[in-house]
Amino acid sequence: MHRHRFIKLFMALCAGLCLAAGPAHALTAAEATAIATGETDVRIEALNKAMATADDKTAAFIQAMADGEVKVAGDKVFVVKDDKGLDPVSGAAVAVPGGAEDLVNNNRMRGALDNALAALKLFSKDDKLRLEGVKALLKEPDEARLPLVEKALAAEASPAIKAQLELARAAALLGSADKARRLEAARALGQNKTPETKLLLNERLKIETEADVKGQLQASLQAIEAALVWGDKLGALFSGISLGSILLLVALGLAITYGLMGVINMAHGELMMIGAYATYVVQGLFQKYLPGAFDWYLLAAVPVAFAASALVGAALERSVIRFLYGRPLETLLATWGISLMLMQGVRTLFGAQNVGVETPRWMSGGVQVLSNLTLPYNRLVIIGFAAAVLLGMAFLIGKTRLGLFVRGVTQNRPIASCMGVNTARIDTYAFALGSGIAGLAGCALSQVGNVGPDLGQSYIVDSFMVVVLGGVGQLAGTVYAAMGLGILNKLLEGWTGAVLAKIAVLVFIIIFIQKRPQGIFAMKGRSAEA
Amino acid sequence: MTNILLPTPAPLLGRKAWSLFLLALITVGVLAPVFNLLVPAGSAFHLSDYGVALVGKIMCFAICALAMDLIWGYTGILSLGHGLFFALGGYVMGMYLMRQIGRDGNYKSDLPDFMVFLDWKTLPWHWTFSDSFIATLILIIAVPGLVAFVFGYFAFRSRIKGVYFSIITQAMTFAAMLLFFRNETGFGGNNGFTDFKRILDIPIATPSMRMTLFVLTSLTLLGFFLLARWLVGSKFGRVLQAIRDAETRVMFSGYSPLPYKLTIWTISAIMCGIAGALYVPQVGIINPGEMSAANSIEIAIWAAVGGRATLIGPIVGAFIVNGAKSWLTVTAPEFWLYFLGALFIGVTLFLPNGVVGLVKKLKGEAQ
Repeated sequence: MHRHRFIKLFMALCAGLCLAAGPAHALTAAEATAIATGETDVRIEALNKAMATADDKTAAFIQAMADGEVKVAGDKVFVVKDDKGLDPVSGAAVAVPGGAEDLVNNNRMRGALDNALAALKLFSKDDKLRLEGVKALLKEPDEARLPLVEKALAAEASPAIKAQLELARAAALLGSADKARRLEAARALGQNKTPETKLLLNERLKIETEADVKGQLQASLQAIEAALVWGDKLGALFSGISLGSILLLVALGLAITYGLMGVINMAHGELMMIGAYATYVVQGLFQKYLPGAFDWYLLAAVPVAFAASALVGAALERSVIRFLYGRPLETLLATWGISLMLMQGVRTLFGAQNVGVETPRWMSGGVQVLSNLTLPYNRLVIIGFAAAVLLGMAFLIGKTRLGLFVRGVTQNRPIASCMGVNTARIDTYAFALGSGIAGLAGCALSQVGNVGPDLGQSYIVDSFMVVVLGGVGQLAGTVYAAMGLGILNKLLEGWTGAVLAKIAVLVFIIIFIQKRPQGIFAMKGRSAEA
Repeated sequence: MTNILLPTPAPLLGRKAWSLFLLALITVGVLAPVFNLLVPAGSAFHLSDYGVALVGKIMCFAICALAMDLIWGYTGILSLGHGLFFALGGYVMGMYLMRQIGRDGNYKSDLPDFMVFLDWKTLPWHWTFSDSFIATLILIIAVPGLVAFVFGYFAFRSRIKGVYFSIITQAMTFAAMLLFFRNETGFGGNNGFTDFKRILDIPIATPSMRMTLFVLTSLTLLGFFLLARWLVGSKFGRVLQAIRDAETRVMFSGYSPLPYKLTIWTISAIMCGIAGALYVPQVGIINPGEMSAANSIEIAIWAAVGGRATLIGPIVGAFIVNGAKSWLTVTAPEFWLYFLGALFIGVTLFLPNGVVGLVKKLKGEAQ
């Protein structure tokens, strides 16, 4: 209730101010002439005055001036559209005298016009335009715009825009010549705990001369900073988890091919690249044949990416890798060769340039949790996706017959063979599974980064780090290592920058492996010295 | 009392090998300079400048392959960090060459151009000795040697083996590459060092200077070959091979593998560093790209193509692969990576002993 009364009071006050400033009606001929002719300073003053009581006609007139559609003859002003003269006040068609000259606006005047137009957007019917108008005002707070902001504030229905308008009002007051108003604005802004307000207050603090206003500014700033600290911390944690989920996706496939099967698969990154390109191809097909369902192409891309990478993986296992079991260093070199050929193959097929993979509309944007913490949907989707892949894989390895065979072959190949397990076939299946998961990772990566022939190269070191750190043959270790590395990396990034954080993490891993060569979760017993 | 038959130490090189060695020495030390500098350009015997530059470059790579053979072929440790040691040697040399530019750079300053560009006023501390050639020579050995020693000490002490070792050497190289890409570290960022003008105050781009570097490189290669030959034939080398074949048994026999591994690892790194230092003045550029993972793995493939644990094999392998590279990247650039990839796969699948092994096998069948 109090708030309403306050606003009403303010409205009345404002109306009074307007009355004092000029007649309370729409655009007049005198105003139009004053804005259009004379010295720039006088014109701007007249423009500001007219803005306080602006209506549709004023807006149309200012727009016409900005578009260069105004002519002047003596003290008469005409809007000329399609060679027809219009009276700016009545809007009626009039004849333009022969001697009418084009109105000339210098840069300052043009700036003032643009600013006025932005302010007038506040009264647009379109929410987006109104928000744009407030944002523009916030960038250059001006006390002269105050009555306009008040008016818009009274009419505004959308709470989001209303909050921005309040901010704009306080920002405009902050530049006021009246000390009491500045003080009030500084106090009011302290309630609005956003990074934008912080910037605004900091700017004022630099030029403020009055000691008590300064004190209030600092107090408000402190309050805002205290509130923002949590957002920053949670933000770092979230980006850490997000990076961790990407690392997890990237490393999960390797946890099978390397962790369980012992194949040093340097082509793992290229299998991810194949998944990403499969996503690209599916996107292209949807664009061409199913443009209506384009937003849902990702759902189709996920199985395709899995299948494409799994097929390539199975082919590789059959043709090359099965001859190299038990010779890890040779596997490393051969798979490196495979990765070179796959990369070059993609270059031949799709070109050396990055290809564009669009994020579906439902994945853009985000949830605003705190004023300075927005969780993007695409990151949230990837975190969910990583969790789903992890659960699916844990189920497959832990609960199914195939998983049982894979574990059996890993633990003791001859005995598994004696029990009637076709070990060679299980190897192929397991390798295809690991490759398919790499394809899923590639599909996810296509939503957050560039898709190009080099996509895999940038992740290969990371993925091996995760698996080695987690401990070979350990799914749980891989999860902990991925999340730990992701969060550590983002926390360090906060105070050392991205590259140094990356280096620090690598050094940390190197030192960690010295201490625990078998990773976080060492295998115990017989399989330890495998 | 039974007689224990100790193997008689083999001579450093056989009679035939010595004559081949001498032939190689004469070829590079006398014939190449004569054919390049004295025979006129139109003659059929003229060795082009391009040829000298190419062979000189490949010989640097051959030194790397030889170093890789000592650590991988004879000790069974696959290093994916030799590209780092190569680049470290190259960077030490590059710093000296940057100082030799003096005031002839674009900005006419005492400082190298990129520092002027970054608005630095003084040289960073690690450039202190870069104006002395003697100090540079020492640092070319000391820097890669020290890095390898410290890294190797900790890695071997905690008995990191096999693939784990390969992966952490790769991580080390990757971290170093990121570091050298930074402008603040004072190594010229991603442009690295280039535009060299002089070495020992003598212009670097003259035919005679190029020939001098070529001869130096070939002598180094031949010298290292003899050194490696001596190393692997000695008792030290035999322990290395025992470590490669059965490390646990070596330990049970009372040997600690640590000093053996550490020594050969450091020697191998120093050889790579020297190769890098010889490489930089010949190609005229060094940048962090030399530390990319691909380069280190390629060194391994040179050794594998030629034949591991043969010493001559890796040298042959370096020439085969790089010869093919410079030919293919000109005639059919898009096929080069297919070829290299197929080479990686083919050699590991079908030629476990490399080209030298194949030749030996064919000879054996013929007899």
